[in-house]
Amino acid sequence: MPQTRTIAVAMSGGVDSSTVAAMLRAEGHNVVGLTMQLWNQRRLAGHEGMPEAVQGRCCSLDDVYDARRVAETIGIPYYVVNHEERFERDVVRPFVEQYLSGRTPIPCSLCNNHLKFDQLLIVAQQIGADALATGHYAQVDFDQTRGRWLLKRPTDRSKDQTYFLFGLTQEQLSRTLFPLGGMMKPEVRQLAQQHGLALAQKPDSQEICFVPGGDYKKFLDAYLAEQGESLPDTAGELVSTDGEVVGEHGGIHNFTVGQRKGLGIATGSPLYVIQIKGDARQVVVGDQEELYSRTLRVHRTNLISVEDLREPMRVTVKIRHRHEGASAQIEKSGDDGILVSFDQPQRAITPGQAAVFYDDTVVVGGGWIA
Amino acid sequence: MRRVYLDNNATTPVLPAVFEAMQAYFGEHFGNASSIHHHGQETRAAVERARESVAALLGCRASEIVFTSGGTEGDNLAVFGVTQGLTKPGQHVITSTIEHHAVLNSCKHLESSGCEVTYVRVDRLGLVDPDEVRCALRPNTRLITIMMANNETGVLQPIEDIGKVAAEADVYFHTDAVQAAGKVGIDVKRIGCDLLSISGHKMNAPQGVGALYVRKGTALRPMTFGGSHERSRRAGTENVPGIVALGKAAELAREAIARGDLEQMSNLRDRLEQTILSEVESTAVNGQGAPRVPNTSSIYFDCIEGEALVIALDLKGLAVSTGAACSSGAIEPSHVLTAMGLPSERARGSLRFSVGKQNTPEDIEFALGIIPQTVARLRELSPIYNKTAARY
Repeated sequence: MPQTRTIAVAMSGGVDSSTVAAMLRAEGHNVVGLTMQLWNQRRLAGHEGMPEAVQGRCCSLDDVYDARRVAETIGIPYYVVNHEERFERDVVRPFVEQYLSGRTPIPCSLCNNHLKFDQLLIVAQQIGADALATGHYAQVDFDQTRGRWLLKRPTDRSKDQTYFLFGLTQEQLSRTLFPLGGMMKPEVRQLAQQHGLALAQKPDSQEICFVPGGDYKKFLDAYLAEQGESLPDTAGELVSTDGEVVGEHGGIHNFTVGQRKGLGIATGSPLYVIQIKGDARQVVVGDQEELYSRTLRVHRTNLISVEDLREPMRVTVKIRHRHEGASAQIEKSGDDGILVSFDQPQRAITPGQAAVFYDDTVVVGGGWIA
Repeated sequence: MRRVYLDNNATTPVLPAVFEAMQAYFGEHFGNASSIHHHGQETRAAVERARESVAALLGCRASEIVFTSGGTEGDNLAVFGVTQGLTKPGQHVITSTIEHHAVLNSCKHLESSGCEVTYVRVDRLGLVDPDEVRCALRPNTRLITIMMANNETGVLQPIEDIGKVAAEADVYFHTDAVQAAGKVGIDVKRIGCDLLSISGHKMNAPQGVGALYVRKGTALRPMTFGGSHERSRRAGTENVPGIVALGKAAELAREAIARGDLEQMSNLRDRLEQTILSEVESTAVNGQGAPRVPNTSSIYFDCIEGEALVIALDLKGLAVSTGAACSSGAIEPSHVLTAMGLPSERARGSLRFSVGKQNTPEDIEFALGIIPQTVARLRELSPIYNKTAARY
């Protein structure tokens, strides 16, 4: 029997975090369930392009209801905490601004850094919990020899969420538990069933929680309209990699690096978005080969397994969540930057996404692609 | 775990005598009060006795009482019943920025159907100025609706003066007295109101029953249509056990007020309030200096998220609240406190303590035993508090 602790569980109403709560409770810990209310789904309902009725995954009343039912079933106190203001400031606004400047943001990492492992962890400690447990697929360990907390890939590689967690500090990792890190997803569902949780077969969530149907363009329109702002005019030229003007576009926020469809020009060979030049409002297009590049730079770096990067290091780098990882060397570049040099050129390196560095299963750190 | 409940503005426990009074009307006396036979006559008599008791609490005639399902229905029936807003646009209503959502959202709905609404502001103490109400009057003003006591601060509004404004202008006046009933004396004649709503569960009757005073001669259109219950002002079979309970609770409230029990309540509240203010730094009472109901204290704690404090206290056995709760159970920033000019951090750092008839001096000591240390822990872990501390 492990030592009894007071543990707060971040409950989303999904099967993973619900199972975490049930597991920890069964181990005899004092468990407190917390759900963050981050976004009011009703806000944009009925705006043009948005559904009339309340929809969307996260923070819906249905999810809160599911989480509350789980808490009742396993017999733990449960609370909803409202962090809508912080979420809008630190996640939604940056998300909108990144798109408008021609980048492709990942709000989940921002939410982890600013909300889950910051605000919620503080609340957890304030209400007397020693640690915050979540349903993320990842592992956290203290390494005696290095004297550092390590973030590691989970047993179920198909569910690996370490890419979204690269921003965690040593302090945050020291108070975080990922009880599902050593389990396979089917085992988790089975365990949920065994604990009598009605939602054991609830489907996994996929899309960005505050963007209904995953259509970010409609979300931008609706959000800006609600704020009384208009979509800035970022229409401009489509140019080739040689700088030759080959067409026009209706706004840079409509494009993502690597995108093929929707360019509106007919040529012999397929064209791809190679680069988005926000200041010049230019979208650079080219053929498949021109999408590849050998280096990238990240900024706002966070290092986990090492305190500092004194000399270049060989790592595997993921440049998007579903990227399989590629061998590269990383070295310091400026104050909080790192230069990544791949062994093989990589396709569609996308500003706004994160590059996360791995040493086998250990997360070395990561940063935002400049 | 010992648990102490200091959230009586949210709801109150049913008093044993009230519970006893209503029990017979679930089984023994089960008749439909509209039936002509013995069973119906029995429950009809009980309903009318309850009506007299509620009328006695409010200082009106029994025929002027309409039983409802609670405060929200009473507020809705009052607001929509006299404005006819849904069928006749172009009318004007005056309310305040600190009303309960039952009134505020009714007014917003009126606006969406073509009615004009003025939301009169409050001062720093949370008081509506009757002169501002007077200034807001227009030729097409149909209704003034201003609450008697605020649910979050307990501040008592100058409704007798507002009643005079309404009378001079010959405009209907409704007051939401949900948080006042049982805590201060109510006399509808002195107030000069045409409509006044109360709720059972805020005064030791069960949830799901309430009453609306409708002054004789008020042109009130019903919102539900069906039988001729409640003199055709509210169709639907009466909630007899609930109504009997409300009648009993009204009787007990009247006796308690006459006996001076309210002073005991305010003693408990004052002991709690003064000790918190003296033992915890950077705190103050919202609405201090204004007349308040004897049971309520809204206190802000600088550099604290009230939400986290409520959770931490609940885990230690003390039930209090930050203010109104939204549908998910999360807490929305208080429109009442921000309307009083509190910066949003202070509004979010405010807690509402509300004492009830069942509370004892030991309950207050229990609360005082855990509040200062819990606030200290929250502040220790607060990034804002530490930043503030570092600055000095």
